[in-house]
Amino acid sequence: MGAFKVFKSLVVDSLDTITKGSKTYHLWMGFLTLVMLIGMYCYSIQLEEGLSATGMSDRVSWGLYISNFTFLVGVAAAAVMLVMPTYVLKDIDFKQAVLIGEGLAVAALVMCLAFVVADMGGPSVLWHMIPGIGVFNFPNSMLTWDVIVLNGYLFINISIPFYILFKHYQNKEAKKSVYVPGAIISVFWAVGIHLVTAFLYQGLQARPFWNNALLGPRFLASAFAAGPSLIILVLAVIRSFTAFKIEDKTIKKIAMIVTVAAQINLIMLVSELFKEFYAPTHHSESAYYLFFGLHGKDALLPWIWTAIPLNVLATVILTFNKFRNNLKVLYVCCFMLFVAIWIEKGFGLIVPGFIPGPYGKIVEYLPTGVEIGVTIGIWAMGAFVFTILAKTAIGIELGELRYKDKKA
Amino acid sequence: MSDNKKWYSLDLGLNNKKESSGSCGCGKSEGSCSSTPKEQVEEELSPEEFYEAAINASIGEERHRDGFEQVFDVKMDRRSAFKKLTASLLIGAGAVTTSCSVTTGSDTKEKAQIDWEEQFKGNYKLMTDEEKQGTINRLMRSYELRTDKKINMTAENAAEDVLFGYAFNISKCQGYMNCVSACVEENNQDRNSEMQYIRIHEMKDGEGFKFDKADDNYYHEVPAEGHFYMGTQCFHCDNPPCVEVCPVQATWKEEDGLVVIDYDWCVGCRYCMAACPYDGRRFNWSKPEVPEPEVNKNQHYLGNRMRKKGVMEKCTFCVQRTRKGKNPACVEACPTGARIFGNLLDPDSTIRWVLENKKVFRLKEDLGTEPKFWYFMD
Ligand code: SF4
Ligand code: SF4
Repeated sequence: MGAFKVFKSLVVDSLDTITKGSKTYHLWMGFLTLVMLIGMYCYSIQLEEGLSATGMSDRVSWGLYISNFTFLVGVAAAAVMLVMPTYVLKDIDFKQAVLIGEGLAVAALVMCLAFVVADMGGPSVLWHMIPGIGVFNFPNSMLTWDVIVLNGYLFINISIPFYILFKHYQNKEAKKSVYVPGAIISVFWAVGIHLVTAFLYQGLQARPFWNNALLGPRFLASAFAAGPSLIILVLAVIRSFTAFKIEDKTIKKIAMIVTVAAQINLIMLVSELFKEFYAPTHHSESAYYLFFGLHGKDALLPWIWTAIPLNVLATVILTFNKFRNNLKVLYVCCFMLFVAIWIEKGFGLIVPGFIPGPYGKIVEYLPTGVEIGVTIGIWAMGAFVFTILAKTAIGIELGELRYKDKKA
Repeated sequence: MSDNKKWYSLDLGLNNKKESSGSCGCGKSEGSCSSTPKEQVEEELSPEEFYEAAINASIGEERHRDGFEQVFDVKMDRRSAFKKLTASLLIGAGAVTTSCSVTTGSDTKEKAQIDWEEQFKGNYKLMTDEEKQGTINRLMRSYELRTDKKINMTAENAAEDVLFGYAFNISKCQGYMNCVSACVEENNQDRNSEMQYIRIHEMKDGEGFKFDKADDNYYHEVPAEGHFYMGTQCFHCDNPPCVEVCPVQATWKEEDGLVVIDYDWCVGCRYCMAACPYDGRRFNWSKPEVPEPEVNKNQHYLGNRMRKKGVMEKCTFCVQRTRKGKNPACVEACPTGARIFGNLLDPDSTIRWVLENKKVFRLKEDLGTEPKFWYFMD
C-alpha cells in the first residue's frame, strides 16, 4: 500500500515539475512538440503511401532510419561507461553524470525503437515480433536478438535510476545490494546491445562491406566516443541552466573516456582503410564508392570527407592535455566528434553496404523530405523524453521533489 | 500437442506447465473435458469465464450488440483470446467497431469479420491443412466481396519426392525477355513500379562474367552483336541466408525446395533483402496494382496471390503451376529453350540429364548458399 501511495505522489509531483519552468524551458518544450507534430504528419504520409515515400529502393533497401538506429544504439550503450565507475568502483564524481547518462540511454533507446518501427513496411503486424504472441525466429535471426537485447537494456536503464530516485524521493538511501548487481549486468548488457547490433550487419555474407570482423569492435569504440561526447555536451547545458552542480572534475574524467575511445577508433579506421586500399579486391568496391566514388557516382563523398577530418582533428586536439582541459575547446571537440561519428556510423556504414548491389549495379540513395521529417521528429521525441526524465531526476536530486507523508 | 505451442518457438522448458492448463488433450478449445484434472479447473478461471471476463474488460456493453457476437464467434481458448486482445490493443480494433455498428450492411460486416480474422491469423508455415483451407476461403470470399469477381486459390502442399531445380543455357539465351513479361503476367506483379523477378544481364563476349559492366536494363534490339545474355532471379538456395535472418519466420524453405514468403506474416523489415547475395527479393514500396482484367485468377497462397504494400515478394518457381506438374511461366515462354526446369530427384528428368552431361556451374559458390540454379553452355 505504502509504495503505491508514494508512487502516485511521485507521478503527481513530477507532472507538476515538468509542466513548470522558466520561459526558455517552455519555449524549448514547445519547439520540440512542434517538431514532433511535423514528424507525425510526415509519418502519416508514409503510412498512407507506403515506404515509397522514402528514398529507399530495392537496390538500397535501408537508409536514414536504420542509420540513425545504428548510431543511437551506440549512444545508449555509452551510458554504461559512466555506470561502471560510479556504482561499482565507488567513484563519487560520476554520481550526477550517471543519472543523466542513464536518462540519455533511455531516450536513445526509445528513439531506436521508434526508428525501427518507422522503417517497417507493415507496422500493423508488428505484433508478429512479440514473443509469445507471434513467431520468433530465435536464435537464428540477429534481429530477434536485437529486439530482446534492446528491450532488456531499456528495462534495466529504467529500473535502476527509478529505484534510486524513488528512494531519494522518500529521503531514504538506496540499497547497494539492490542496484549494484543491476549496474554490473547493465555493463555487460551495454556491450551486448552494441555487439548484437553490429552482428546484424556483420553476419551477411551477401554484403562484403559489412562482412568484416572489425565491425563489432569498431562499433564499440566509436560509441564510447560519441555517447560520452553527447553526455558532456548535455552536462554543459544542464550546468548553465539549472542549479544542479556538476564539477569540472567530472567532465574532465568523461573527457578522458572520450579521448581514449576516439583514439582506438582512429586506429581501427586506419586498419580498415589499409585492408581496403593496400591490396584492393572487388570486395573493396563499396569502400571505393564511399571514399572516392565509383563510375562517376559520388553522392557520399561530401559526407565522408566531412566526417573524416572532423574525426581526426577532434581526436588529435583531445589528445593534448592542455586543450582537453580547456572546457571551451573540449565542448567544440565533443561536438565535432559527435557529428563525425553520426555520419560515419550512419551514412558511411549503412548506405555503402548496398552499393554496388549484388550484381555490381550502382543505384544511389538520397533521403526524401518525408524521411527527413520523420527522422527529425523522432530526434525531437528523444530530446523531449530526455528533458522530462532529466527534469524530474534533477528535481529529486536537488531535494526540491520530496515525498510528504500527510499523516506524519 | 497443444496448438498454442506452435506460434512460439523459444521454448526453454519453462512454459510446459502453463500450457497444459490452457487446453487439453481432447482437442476441444471451449469448455472443459473429462481428461482435464479436477484441481486445474478449480484453481484457475475456466476458458469460458476467462473469455467472458476478457470481453467485458475490453468492450463491456458493446458486446450485446448483434454484430459483435458474430465477430467473436470464433472458437477461442484462453490463450488466443489473450492473443487477440493484446494485438487489438496494439493496433486499435478497427474491425470490431465496424462490425459492431448496427447500421452497416451484412456485406460490410462480413468484410469486417474477414479482415479481423485475417489480421490475427497465424503463420502459414505452422498452420494445419484445415487452417490453410480456412484462410484461402476467406481470401477468395474477400476478393469476391470487394470486386464481384471470383478467383481460385489453392493451398497445395509440396508433393513427396520432389525437389525442384533449374538450369539456364547461356549459349541459347538471346535476351528476348519473353520470360520477364510472362513472369510479370503470371505472378501479378505490380505494374506501376514495373517489378520484375527476372533480370537479364547483357555482357560482352570474351570478357567472362563482368557483372559490374553488364547492362540489365537495355532497350535496344537483341541479340546485340558481340554480346551474350544470362538471367538471374531467386535461386532457391538450399541453404538460404534470407530464411535465416527473417525475425518472424515469414519466409522459409518448403519440402520441395521452394523458398517462399507468407505475405501476410511479413513485417517488412527487409532484412532478407539485405541478406540475399543474388538480388532475388523484391519489396512492395507502395500498394501494388494490377488492372482487374489482367489479374491471373489461378493463384496459390504462397505464390501469385494479390500482395499488399510493405511486404516482400519474390520468384517462387511459379508454385501455382509447378505443384500441378506444369513448368514455370518463364520456361514455357522462352522461345530458345534456354530454360530447363524439373525434379532433381527424378533420374529421368531433363534437368538431371543436364546436370549429368553438361559442364555446369553456379554463381557465388564460395558463399555456401547452394543455389538450386545452374548455368551451362552447349
Ligand atoms: S537467391 Fe536470395 S532470395 Fe532466393 S533463396 Fe537464395 S538468398 Fe533467398
Ligand atoms: S522483410 Fe518480411 S520476409 Fe523479409 S526478413 Fe523481414 S519479415 Fe522476413
